Amino acid sequence: MLIKLAWRNIWRNKRRTAITVASIFFAVFFAVFMRSMQLGFYGKMIDSVVRFYSGHVQVHAKGYWDDQILDNSFELNDPELKAIRENPNVEMAANRLEGFALSSSGDLTKGVLMIGMDPELEDRLMDLEPKIQSGALFGANDRSVMVAEKVAEYYKLAVGDTMVFISQGYHGVSAAAKYPVSSIVRFTSLVLNERAVMFPMKEAQNFFGAEGRATSVAVILGNPNKMDKVVNELTASLDTSKYEVMSWEEALPELVQAIEADGAGGLIMLMILYMVVSFGMFGTVLMLIQERVYEFGVLLSIGMGRLKLWTVVFLESIFTTLIGAVLGVIGVYPLVLYFNHNPYELTGPAAEAILDQGWEPVLPASLDPSIATTHMLIVMVVSILIAFYPAFIIRKLNPVEARRN
Amino acid sequence: MSAVIKTNNLQKYYNPGESLEVRALDGVTLEIERGEFTAIVGPSGSGKTTLLNIIGGLDHETAGTATIGDTTITALSDNELIDFRLNNIGFVFQAYNLIPVLTAQENVEFIMLLQNKSKEERQRRTAELLKEVGLGDKMNSRPMEMSGGQQQRVAVARALASKPQFVLADEPTANLDSQSTSDLLDIMAELNQKENVTFLFSTHDQRVIDRARRVITLEDGKIISDEKR
Ligand SMILES: Nc1ncnc2c1ncn2[C@@H]1O[C@H](COP(=O)(O)OP(=O)(O)OP(=O)(O)O)[C@@H](O)[C@H]1O
Ligand SMILES: [Mg+2]
Repeated sequence: MLIKLAWRNIWRNKRRTAITVASIFFAVFFAVFMRSMQLGFYGKMIDSVVRFYSGHVQVHAKGYWDDQILDNSFELNDPELKAIRENPNVEMAANRLEGFALSSSGDLTKGVLMIGMDPELEDRLMDLEPKIQSGALFGANDRSVMVAEKVAEYYKLAVGDTMVFISQGYHGVSAAAKYPVSSIVRFTSLVLNERAVMFPMKEAQNFFGAEGRATSVAVILGNPNKMDKVVNELTASLDTSKYEVMSWEEALPELVQAIEADGAGGLIMLMILYMVVSFGMFGTVLMLIQERVYEFGVLLSIGMGRLKLWTVVFLESIFTTLIGAVLGVIGVYPLVLYFNHNPYELTGPAAEAILDQGWEPVLPASLDPSIATTHMLIVMVVSILIAFYPAFIIRKLNPVEARRN
Repeated sequence: MSAVIKTNNLQKYYNPGESLEVRALDGVTLEIERGEFTAIVGPSGSGKTTLLNIIGGLDHETAGTATIGDTTITALSDNELIDFRLNNIGFVFQAYNLIPVLTAQENVEFIMLLQNKSKEERQRRTAELLKEVGLGDKMNSRPMEMSGGQQQRVAVARALASKPQFVLADEPTANLDSQSTSDLLDIMAELNQKENVTFLFSTHDQRVIDRARRVITLEDGKIISDEKR
């Protein structure tokens, strides 16, 4: 009965309810949209970092992180390394052998990052196939290179052209070779897109004179939330005088900081938004009480307890808030879905700032349902807190005075 | 016969001891027996509402006692009084008695819900009472869809639904036209006769006073006459 009463009371002053519902709708709509864009952007950054650079967790030889040279590579057939692939949370582990080289083609030269890798594994990891602009991904035993888009543009290369590479290999051996271009790829990571050249692991070991060696293992986890656990487990099972285990957060503290700083700005905006909306909600509750005082007086007089009286008002605000919040989520969903499929492309100075950081200036919205539930929860909590005010009024209500107007 | 209501030297002073002291009740002692149909009359400001509020457990006295049945209500706390009112006193106020979002039926049923009566009893009694006040066909109407007189009749039905010891009505006809007034009085008188419901009401209206079987007249917070007819 109290529920029925509360529900009907909502429709009693339609204008007031509409205002409240609209303001909650707006708050949830805006908050969810903003957070989805924000978290989507962070998610994309993190994802590219994880996929193209470090993995969720990276294992490399001790000393490599500070001095990324081939001499700091490690033997792949070390039995200790089995611990990585045997860890139940590890979904993929990709060996990579990386080194800088001077490339040339025609009379141009350019410094590039040469990455030896397993094409089949990295295709799954980096989702390479759809990014290939022309040609086809090399096989594990091929002797050819996949060139990043910008490198190919610089040299005006086409598939089938030949490139020459010169570098210093493992223990100072001199490395030189020429390879045909088997494909041109567009990396979403702008740093890679500027300077990466990929070739098969076997050929890389051959080129750098580093038989059976790698510079890093990029570890991808099934559940990224298990990252700290996996770091601890791997650190425990590997000889830490030989190896170093790093999460992407350790590997890229600037990224973590940038995300936190940016996130804090967004949270301040949301706080202001919620403050404005809370005042609005409080105002409508004040109106509601004023309208209802006489009726409260009658009900209290005929013997309705104060707790029941308050329960009706409480349910009323909960229902109103819920309607606004649910409508807000329903309303924002198509928009978020749209921006998830068609990431928003930034232009102007903001885009340049992001480009400078090495990221693509596109914002795909996050579809994480916890964003919607979080903001629904926030408005619910706000409305529950506001409902304490009527509790206070009803507790002090005097049946005679309440009926005096 | 046993007294339903007893007051003993009931006093209510506003702003006591100050120059603006108002003696709204100044020593009221009375007894109301079961089955009475009694009007409290007197000029405006004579203390009628104050008296009914204290007897109804809605307001506190300055001195004296009020007893309903065996309970000295002037000794109860505010929260005890809420429960006491629910189970012992039926109220009809001057206007806007009903919950606007509930139908006539739901308004009557509501008080029995507060009393945790069974659904079966609630429905039976609601139908019975609405029929008795002549609104058997208005069960599903909301207050807005009813006239002032009909609303007051629903309020009477609601007041009786809780099976109170008596019904208090502070100027129940003040907002009604003469036809509605006479209809409401007919219904109250009939319930009083047939079911022995005790009514205590205040009024300014001579036609209402004429229907009462006992008239207590207040002036300046004192009983100046008490006549039974
Ligand atoms: N809260 C209050 N503060 C001060 N004085 C009050 C208060 N309530 C009532 N009074 C005074 O007490 C006296 C009795 O008031 P009461 O309302 O009981 O009279 P009444 O007989 O019901 O009058 P009416 O016929 O106009 O309804 C009046 O003088 C009134 O002004
Ligand atoms: Mg009065």
